[in-house]
Amino acid sequence: MLHIVVCIKQVPDSREIRIDPKTNTLIRQGVPAIVNYYDLHGLEEALRIKDEFGARVTVITMGPPSAEKALCQCVSMGADEGVLVSDRAFAGADTLATSYVLALTIQKAEDTWGPVDMIFCGKQTLDGDTGQVGPGIACRLDMDQLTYVELFESLDIEKQEVVVRRHLEDGVERVRARLPVLITALDILNRPRRASLPGVLRAARYKPIVWTTNDFSNLDRSKIGLKGSPTIVSKTWVPEPKQVNTEYVDSANVVAAATDLLNRLYATELPQKLGWS
Amino acid sequence: MAERTGKRKPMIGLQPEGDIDWSSYRGVMVFVEQRNGQAKPVSWQLIGEATRLAAKLNVKVMALVIGWQVSELAEESIYHGADEVYVCDSKELEHYRTRPYSRVCLHVIRKYKPEIVLMGATNTGRDLAGAIATHLPTGLTADSTQLDVDEERLLLASRPAFSEKMLATILCKQFKPQMATARAGVFEQLPRDTTRTGEVIQVPPQMDPGEIATEMIEFLETKGSVNLAEAEVIVAGGRGLGGPAAFEMLKELADELGGVVGASRAVVDLGWIGHDHQVGQTGVTVRPKLYFAIGISGAVQHVVGMQNSSYIVAINKDANAPIFKIANYAIVGDLFQIIPAIIQAVRTRKLERLQLLKY
Amino acid sequence: MADERFDVIVVGAGPAGTAAAYTIAKAGLKVALIERGEFPGAKNIFGGVLYRKQLEDLIPEFWKEAPLERTIIEQRLWVLGEDNTFQVAFRDGRFQDPPNCWTGLRVKFDQWFASKAEQAGAVPIYETVVTELLRDVHRVVGVRTDRVDGDLYANIVIIADGVNSLLGKSLMVHREWNPDQVSLAVKEVISLPKQTIQDRFNLEDNEGCTIELIGQMSKMAGLGFLYTNKDTLSLGVGVMVSDLQKKRVKPYEVLDSIKRHPMISRLIQGGEVKEYSGHLIPEGGFDSIPPLAGDGWMICGDAAQMVNAVHREGTNLAVTSGRLAGETAIAAHLRGDFSFGTLDDYNTAIRASFVHKDLKKYRGVHSLLGFGDSEKLFDKLPESLNEAIYQMLLVDGVPKKDKQKMAMRLLRDAAGGNLDLLRLGIKGWRAMNG
Ligand SMILES: Cc1cc2nc3c(=O)[nH]c(=O)nc-3n(C[C@H](O)[C@H](O)[C@H](O)COP(=O)(O)OP(=O)(O)OC[C@H]3O[C@@H](n4cnc5c(N)ncnc54)[C@H](O)[C@@H]3O)c2cc1C
Ligand SMILES: Cc1cc2nc3c(=O)[nH]c(=O)nc-3n(C[C@H](O)[C@H](O)[C@H](O)COP(=O)(O)OP(=O)(O)OC[C@H]3O[C@@H](n4cnc5c(N)ncnc54)[C@H](O)[C@@H]3O)c2cc1C
Ligand SMILES: Nc1ncnc2c1ncn2[C@@H]1O[C@H](COP(=O)(O)O)[C@@H](O)[C@H]1O
Repeated sequence: MLHIVVCIKQVPDSREIRIDPKTNTLIRQGVPAIVNYYDLHGLEEALRIKDEFGARVTVITMGPPSAEKALCQCVSMGADEGVLVSDRAFAGADTLATSYVLALTIQKAEDTWGPVDMIFCGKQTLDGDTGQVGPGIACRLDMDQLTYVELFESLDIEKQEVVVRRHLEDGVERVRARLPVLITALDILNRPRRASLPGVLRAARYKPIVWTTNDFSNLDRSKIGLKGSPTIVSKTWVPEPKQVNTEYVDSANVVAAATDLLNRLYATELPQKLGWS
Repeated sequence: MAERTGKRKPMIGLQPEGDIDWSSYRGVMVFVEQRNGQAKPVSWQLIGEATRLAAKLNVKVMALVIGWQVSELAEESIYHGADEVYVCDSKELEHYRTRPYSRVCLHVIRKYKPEIVLMGATNTGRDLAGAIATHLPTGLTADSTQLDVDEERLLLASRPAFSEKMLATILCKQFKPQMATARAGVFEQLPRDTTRTGEVIQVPPQMDPGEIATEMIEFLETKGSVNLAEAEVIVAGGRGLGGPAAFEMLKELADELGGVVGASRAVVDLGWIGHDHQVGQTGVTVRPKLYFAIGISGAVQHVVGMQNSSYIVAINKDANAPIFKIANYAIVGDLFQIIPAIIQAVRTRKLERLQLLKY
Repeated sequence: MADERFDVIVVGAGPAGTAAAYTIAKAGLKVALIERGEFPGAKNIFGGVLYRKQLEDLIPEFWKEAPLERTIIEQRLWVLGEDNTFQVAFRDGRFQDPPNCWTGLRVKFDQWFASKAEQAGAVPIYETVVTELLRDVHRVVGVRTDRVDGDLYANIVIIADGVNSLLGKSLMVHREWNPDQVSLAVKEVISLPKQTIQDRFNLEDNEGCTIELIGQMSKMAGLGFLYTNKDTLSLGVGVMVSDLQKKRVKPYEVLDSIKRHPMISRLIQGGEVKEYSGHLIPEGGFDSIPPLAGDGWMICGDAAQMVNAVHREGTNLAVTSGRLAGETAIAAHLRGDFSFGTLDDYNTAIRASFVHKDLKKYRGVHSLLGFGDSEKLFDKLPESLNEAIYQMLLVDGVPKKDKQKMAMRLLRDAAGGNLDLLRLGIKGWRAMNG
């Protein structure tokens, strides 16, 4: 049977994050945690493959114990197993250290449930927002990567081939690749399903598998967590909110308003910058 | 399912390969992204920024061009500010594919040792940078919007975090090169100077074509290409348009102003317009000179994607719509009356100018 | 359809449903707790006072772990005039230990309470709407939800779906509301620094105070409230739907007028509105309590109209009714009989409890509000009361005796005569204080 791994991350719902105006720090308290938006699209695609071809879908995440909930949500949608890689020693990881631990986890998942044919990641996370972890995992495991996938065209199990459409700024690329392959999902890839009632019931009782540093025999401690992360956040600051002096254009008479607006635009440097005559 | 037997290969990128005398790493390198021999504007923008950084560090600007029949781009790189250009020109590199491209990059980086490597934060740039940084290994800062260097030659790459609510400056002290992807439209390119000269170094491909397991079947260019990321004028519409039909009107205005049409997620989700038009957190982050927000309420997820536009015009019938908070020009009223009037006014203005020219 | 069968399905994870599920799960029965919100409490609102006694019966010393805001040590009643206010307040340190009541926020509290039920073994089924009851002829045998394969079967369904009880309506035990049987409450949560709240309300640490408001509210039958939370204030007002219809005002307009009142505006000044919400409160009281059980079902909490009309007590009635329904379900399980005959024991238990007694006691409130007295009680009287007190306290050479007469006349006129004043007074006292 196909074995598909989906990497998901629990992230704070960025809609709810606010900045404390006094301390300039993030107010995370009370911000609900959600499964990273794009990752659900990766999971959905894996589940569609499972529906069509039959597959074992293993969902993995590195994060705090509370991320179990995110895994349960994936199980409710139809994933077979959820693995939480969690240890204080993993904390503070940047993308390099994260891709290392996730690659190790995928290898261990292979040892446990068989070789992996496909890995799905999200395009990027809402908090890290780098899109680097997916390529990092593919690189470490020496497999091909298909990033920014907007359509999963076909899977040919005989030939061990997939065809996908990659979304680029200036167009769309149809690409064929051989398994095993890592795919990062865009939100237009599909519409994640709502869990069925039996799925919810299963998830309500499901206990994710938890692996800590002790569960990896070949783990190099210098490569994980803060220590294994070459990037350092040297400072953070809140950008001065753009001070706009909003000018209201009187709209009582629309024709006059339109002319008024144009006059104001023409009074700026815009005509020069945009080459308006 | 997959039959991959035998011993597992060791994991890639756990240790830097070869030279770790970081002091021998000098220079600022920019990866020149191209399609069919046409460079992406962000590449020249980054060479422009690299020139500034290189001057501070007193080092050379290096450009890396990979593709098929791209020798002209080597010249162009020099015209745009590069001192040295590394070119790998080969049929199997005609289309971007992660592995063959990253092998060339790795080879060049290890051999010519730049201390900083910059790539556009485009889909291709991010795809490639993620692979290379892991392989080397080194630290990689994503999507930077400010770049600088300090006395210790450290790259200070600053990037938005938490949906643009914060900025963070990120360093990599441990490894070289220091890598960053940087956003399009933020940095200024230098004026093209055809008198500039520089050195062009040919680099051989690093992968046997037979080993390459991915294949680009075809490239479908986006019709009427909505290149939001690079647009200078964007006329964006939201749910206030009431239906897909009103986008015709926006298109008209955009055409008059030489711009493109953008949209809020709400209308993209409603299917009124394609996803390519979506501006915002889960769409494209834009920085045009002029942005029209028409019938858009101004939800944070939208605003983070367009707040850095130089001028924002908001048109909304709800005087309390949050979009007005960031707008330079606000018109409270019905878009169905205002937009046609603006289109008319633009046309009249053009006509007047024409007549002025005649006499 | 899910293959799994449950002993009991509880619909609604508010205080009533969760109390039922908790009771049942603790007894080792298989119980599912279905909630439409993303999580329990996600969309639930109330004014903000949680009482100790009824919940303590269920979870001893719950306040040591429950997310509560402030321990109420002082309760105030403000009668608002146009720009004057008559105030009474009572504070007693004994309300601290053991605590009598707290302010709370449902988002946190419901979630915590439901987590207790989950820990006890209740199976959470959230973000799931029960769309109808499944019936075998007239027996209720399960529920249909809005999920794929969404039918779920059980021996008993406990209906705790709140004031609008769709399921109650489908059983014909819950009629459509009459506008004078239900009030609409709107509420804002306003955030202020902790210290500011404590300074403005004369509080320390986790001490809290409540202010009930009566009077100037766009001249309608309604009661307002301003409660202190840790670093937020809950400000709201409940207005009879019939009045809203008659006067053609929007509920938030009423709230706005309260916010502008000079006494209130200075308390909330500088605060940021964090959320705004609206909710119905059943006002029918005792006389509109429906049949409480049938073959395979029981109904509790707001769905069974168990709120006393003064708005202030609802969660405690909900918790007790939920617990009693739960205990009845356990007894029925032991007996293996889920018919009306057995489940009606729940009805008997309610009748023996404070729920029934309290609601009976407040029975008069509904008629008080219904008889067109609302304008008197909520507008003219407060206005004249304030005027009367102003006159009494003003030192302007008028003899005190004359002043007293004038004050009484003001009140009497407002009430429409001596007798009416007396009647209103008595009724009002009963309504407010039981
Ligand atoms: C994880 C996540 C990511 C998201 N990412 C994005 C994103 O990338 N981009 C994005 O845009 N959104 C995003 N959203 C959605 C965002 O929260 C808002 O829902 C969306 O931006 C609202 O779009 P809108 O302004 O068009 O619609 P609305 O909020 O419905 O606003 C319509 C506006 O039109 C005005 N209007 C109506 N009729 C007229 C008229 N005749 N004349 C003038 N004005 C009129 C109304 O007053 C109103 O202000 C995201 C949400 C989530 C949860
Ligand atoms: C403004 C206001 C102020 C109040 N102040 C106080 C106070 O200070 N103190 C006090 O004790 N009481 C107060 N009350 C009353 C108190 O809130 C209620 O009496 C109490 O919440 C009733 O609990 P319940 O469990 O019966 O219903 P609810 O709390 O309404 O819970 C019902 C639950 O069922 C869920 N649900 C509904 N339909 C479905 C469905 N079809 N499928 C799945 N789930 C469903 C809902 O989402 C909800 O979670 C106040 C009420 C209001 C409106
Ligand atoms: N801690 C993590 N656990 C599991 N998957 C992750 C984690 N971090 C990132 N990912 C995956 O990598 C993708 C890109 O993340 P990022 O590079 O942080 O933008 C995400 O969409 C996830 O699929």
